[in-house]
Order: sequence, then C-alpha cells, then structure tokens
Amino acid sequence: MAYEPVLTKHCAARDGYTLDFYVKNQRGYEGLRKALALQPNDIIEQVKASGLRGRGGAGFPTGMKWQFVLKDTPKPKYICCNADESEPGTFKDHVLMERNPHLLIEGCAISCYAIGAKVAYIYIRGEFYHVQEVLEAEIEKAYKAGFLGRNILGSGFDCDVFVHRGAGAYEAGEETALIESLEGKRAQPRIKPPFPAVAGLYQCPTAVNNVETLCNVPLIVLNGPEWFASLGPEKNGGPKLFCISGHVKRPGVYETSMHTTLRELVFGEQFAGGMIDERPFKAIIPGGSSVPLLLEQDLDTPASFDHIQKAGSLLGSAGLIVMNDSVCAVWLAMNLLHFYRHESCGKCTPCREGTDWLFKLLLRLESGDGQPKDLDLLFGVSTNIVGKTLCAFGDAAATPVLSTMKLFRGEYEAHVREGRCTLPAPWRAAHPVVAAHQ
Amino acid sequence: MSFHPKMEYAPARFHKSARTLPDPGGDFTYTAENQAKFDANVQRYPPDQRKSAILYALYLAQRQQGFLTRAAMAHVAGQIRCTTADVEDVVSYYTMFYTKPVGTYVLNVCRTLSCALLGAERVTEAISEKLGIKVGETDASGMFTLIEVECLGACDRAPVVMVNDDWEERLAPEQVGEFIDHVRAKGRAAFTGCHLHKEK
Ligand SMILES: Cc1cc2nc3c(=O)[nH]c(=O)nc-3n(C[C@H](O)[C@H](O)[C@H](O)COP(=O)(O)O)c2cc1C
Ligand code: SF4
Ligand code: FES
Repeated sequence: MAYEPVLTKHCAARDGYTLDFYVKNQRGYEGLRKALALQPNDIIEQVKASGLRGRGGAGFPTGMKWQFVLKDTPKPKYICCNADESEPGTFKDHVLMERNPHLLIEGCAISCYAIGAKVAYIYIRGEFYHVQEVLEAEIEKAYKAGFLGRNILGSGFDCDVFVHRGAGAYEAGEETALIESLEGKRAQPRIKPPFPAVAGLYQCPTAVNNVETLCNVPLIVLNGPEWFASLGPEKNGGPKLFCISGHVKRPGVYETSMHTTLRELVFGEQFAGGMIDERPFKAIIPGGSSVPLLLEQDLDTPASFDHIQKAGSLLGSAGLIVMNDSVCAVWLAMNLLHFYRHESCGKCTPCREGTDWLFKLLLRLESGDGQPKDLDLLFGVSTNIVGKTLCAFGDAAATPVLSTMKLFRGEYEAHVREGRCTLPAPWRAAHPVVAAHQ
Repeated sequence: MSFHPKMEYAPARFHKSARTLPDPGGDFTYTAENQAKFDANVQRYPPDQRKSAILYALYLAQRQQGFLTRAAMAHVAGQIRCTTADVEDVVSYYTMFYTKPVGTYVLNVCRTLSCALLGAERVTEAISEKLGIKVGETDASGMFTLIEVECLGACDRAPVVMVNDDWEERLAPEQVGEFIDHVRAKGRAAFTGCHLHKEK
C-alpha cells in the first residue's frame, strides 16, 4: 500500500516553509478556522477518537492528557511545546520546525483553544538556533496574517505563541524539567504528583506536547479522527516520522504509517536503502538511545508503539540507530553511558552516581583492564538504578548496559579474557578522547 | 553539565571539590541595543515571572563579551531582579554558557552514537592534531576552541560539528585540515550550514 506523506510532503520544496505556500498547498489554517467554530471540548473528543499518541517518547494518548488539564480554575493555562529534541538518534522535530513551521504554529493555536490556554511556549534546544530564527520569522508572519494574536479570525479567541531557547541540557526534555527550565531554573524534574495538568508552568494547569504530536492536531481537525486512525494499525494511527541514522546508505527522516516493518525502513529502497558497504547488520536501537536493542530476527516487526513493545523494546522517539558488525557491544554501551553520565541532572543519587560508575566500569573493560567481577558489578549497578529514580532518565541510562549484556554477553566476557577490545572498529580514533574534561 | 569533571578511582579525591568563582571581570552593562532586546523579550512572560527570561539575558551578555564574568552575571541578576547566586546556579548547569574566554570559533564536535559510528572520534582527533590542542582548550591564535558535545539532533548528517551558532555537517575526518584552513581564510562563510536551512 503506497503511503502518501502528509506531514513532510512539501518539505523538499524550496519555499515549502513559507506562509503563502502553506495556505495554498496544505489547506493551511483551515483546521484552525474549523476548530474555532467548534466547542473546545469537541476538539478534545476528536483528538481522543483519533487515538493520537504522544510522539515525544512515552506514546501517551494526547486527548486524554488534555482532558486531565484542570478546567475549573481562575488561573491561566499553558501549552508547552517540547522542541528540546535531544534524544540521541532523533531529528524529526528539527525537520518539521524548519521545513513546515506553520503546521506547528497552527497546531499550537488549536491546542491552546482546546484546553483553554492563551499562550503556547515552544521550548527549543539551544543548539537549534538556525531553526529558531526560521520559526520566529514565520510566527511573525502568522501574527500579521491574523492567525495569531487578538481576536483570531473574528472568533474572539486570543492566542500567543512564543519561542523559548534552552541552553544545552538533555534533561530539559523531561516535561517537568522543561517547565522548571522555562521558569528560569536548572532543568531538574519535579516530584509528581502534582502533574503538569494540575500545576505545571507557574503552578498553572499545563499540557506539555512534542512538536510532532502538535503537528498532527490540525490534520485531525481537518480530515477527521477516522481518517487519522485508519492510517496505521489499531491504536497506532496517523502518520509517523522515523529518523534513521548509523550504518545505512541513506540516513534521514522518513514518513510512513506504523504498518511499515523495521526491515522495510532499514533495507527498503524508498527508505534507508540498506547497510553501507553491504556489511552485515548487527543490531538496531529502534527508539532513540534509551530503549533496548533489537536483532536481525526482530526486523519483521511493524514499527508501531505496540508491536515494538511486544518485540521487547520501545518505539520511544522513533530514532532508529542501525549498526553493522563492526560495532563492539561494550563500546556501544560505553558511548551511551558517557552521554547519560554527562546529562544526568544530578537530582537523584542512583542516577547521578550510578551513571558515573557504569561509565567507569565500561571504560575499564573497553581499555582492557576489566576483571571478571566487573560483569556482576555492571549488572548490580544497573539494576540498582532501574525504578529507583525520580524520572525515566534513570531507567533509560541503565538500558544500554542491561540490553547489551543480555544480547552480547560473550563480547563482555571476551574483553575480560583477552584484556583488550575484541572488535576495534575502523571508524574509531587511535587514541580516543574519553571522559572529556568539561 | 557534568558532576564528574575528571576524577580518578582513588576515593580520597572525591572529597576535595574545589569551587572556583568565575572571573570577576570589568564593569558590565548591556549596550543600548541589547537592553532593548532584553526589555522586549521579558514581555513574553507574565509580569511576575521575569526569571523566565534569564537564559535569554545570559545569551545576550555572552554574545556581547564572549563569555560570562561575575560582573555580567551581576548585571543579569539586576535585570531579572534575582540574586547573583540564582544566576550562577543557572549558568553552572547549562553547557552553552562559558565562564572562561573561548576562541572566535568554538568547535563543538558531536561525539554521541550516530556520529561516532561515522567517525566523530577521528574528527576530534584530527582537529586536535591540526590545532595542537586538547579537548577543552583554545589554540595559540585564540581563534579556535575544541569541545566535545552530546547529540546535536542531526544524526542523519553525521559527523556533525556546531561552530558557535552555525553548523558544519558530514565533516569527514579526512576533510578536517582543509575545513580549518577554510575557516581561517573565510570565517563564517566556510560553514556548510544545516542542509535544511540551505535548501531554501
Ligand atoms: C530524560 C527525558 C528526556 C526527554 N526528552 C524529550 C525530548 O527531547 N523531546 C520530547 O518531545 N520529549 C522528551 N521526553 C518526553 C517528555 O517527558 C514528554 O513525555 C513529552 O514531551 C510529552 O509529549 P507527547 O505526549 O506529545 O509525547 C523526555 C523524557 C525524559 C524522561
Ligand atoms: S533520574 Fe537522573 S535525570 Fe532524572 S531526576 Fe534523577 S538524577 Fe535527574
Ligand atoms: S549523534 Fe551526533 S547529531 Fe545525533
């Protein structure tokens, strides 16, 4: 079944990002017009009926999240758009914001109307400065055209959309940490409950949604929830962006339905086109660095939230990292633990100290000084992080270790036995800099 | 940020966390242009939530003088109407603020998985050899600082290097020498930029 892209169809067009192009070719802001004629609650019902699940990582139903947003309160309400996109292997929001910014702007406006908010903040990671410039220029145009601001399209509804620039912190992607950061503090998560839907930004009811999630909202309003649900497997409807990187011929962002299997995404001619230099496939991380690895035998799994979960991993942020047989499992875990150790926000001890110990143990194994007891130690430290931390970061950080140890235990043992890395890859440096001093 | 700056196994070391205050620096006030920018930005937030503008305020100060001194942080504290400790708390958490002078071009090499699979380690190594500096250092001419960063969100264009606010994508280790020479000769114009940006 041929799939017709709806989110990224015009992303390659030269002026595809402009307001004029959006209005002419994508029925731009028709969804907003249609939404403003409905009751806010009807929009929430439509989003619920569509089965839209959050694209930021957890796959939580968006309609339900909005329904939880406290209604009877004199306080203002807020939409926070999560454009932090720091999960290793993920780069889809980047494309949407830069090449189809008005879809997000329209999504923000409709979502604000649905939950009764008047302001949406788009929290964008500091490294995406070039994206922010585009986004702010286009928001300016949307204001001039009357799609944002006071009394939008004569409906009496007011809505502002502001971009807020982060400053380099992966943890700012966690929803309560994002709120803290927006309030001008360190990006460290809050203890839940209360959930953001009750007391979020400035202690007001707030919905935090990923960029891709909000981009789907205008499409649902415009084409109806049935259309949306029919695009994918049951409970996994709608278009989905997949970010494919690593050892593949054509890495990039591909839009398709969640019927598509991992094998098609990695090897399909219209997708990543197979492995570079035809080297054998070793493993894939299907959902950004925080999820367990899958092997060759799992590749026929459809890339949907539920199917991938059944196969023993998670779809997460749909960042597919593909690796060939030159990748050493211990090195892989070490690379990712360097990331987690660096990005831990430091609020809970198991995560802050555990990531450091895991990294040190992996570094010791990888550089050939590993001891037999290190394997048990790695397992022990990892399992003492899982489930004992404030946010999902802790579990995510232990995952690369637990997953590689389960699938490639032989490689860990070989490191200890031989006193060296048994798979020195050609793309590695002769004297790699590890544990940067920043 | 990292809580683990560079520690050996020896546990005695853990107790000696040295706290160095950032450089006090000379007098600092925003230029009239930056003051106007700040005053406009702070309007985005409710009147009693000025602190939300702190990251923006720090970016302005950093752009004005290259890095953040204590005088600059005190100025930001005045603008936000918070304490200098609040400002230092924020500055020390986020990786994109510098409390020491950096080169004209800060080369932020992404070292996370997807980039590493395509040779990011060798890119760092090549830059390091070409400029004769280690990660975290600035070269003798004061033009380049080399830093390793985590995933930049453009893994399909690996290896990625962020140079100040600009991007250089698909920088193969073999091209590093030529790339540095280009930057020396042409400045900002040498960067390939984000491909999505350029396609316009
Ligand atoms: C450590 C951590 C990092 C996260 N980073 C991001 C991120 O960069 N972008 C994102 O959209 N969601 C991220 N999330 C998920 C958010 O917490 C939240 O679930 C999401 O923004 C909700 O939006 P959604 O319902 O539209 O998916 C992260 C979660 C955790 C625990
Ligand atoms: S699990 Fe880690 S990142 Fe999350 S709050 Fe605790 S220390 Fe911070
Ligand atoms: S791993 Fe380098 S940009 Fe994502």
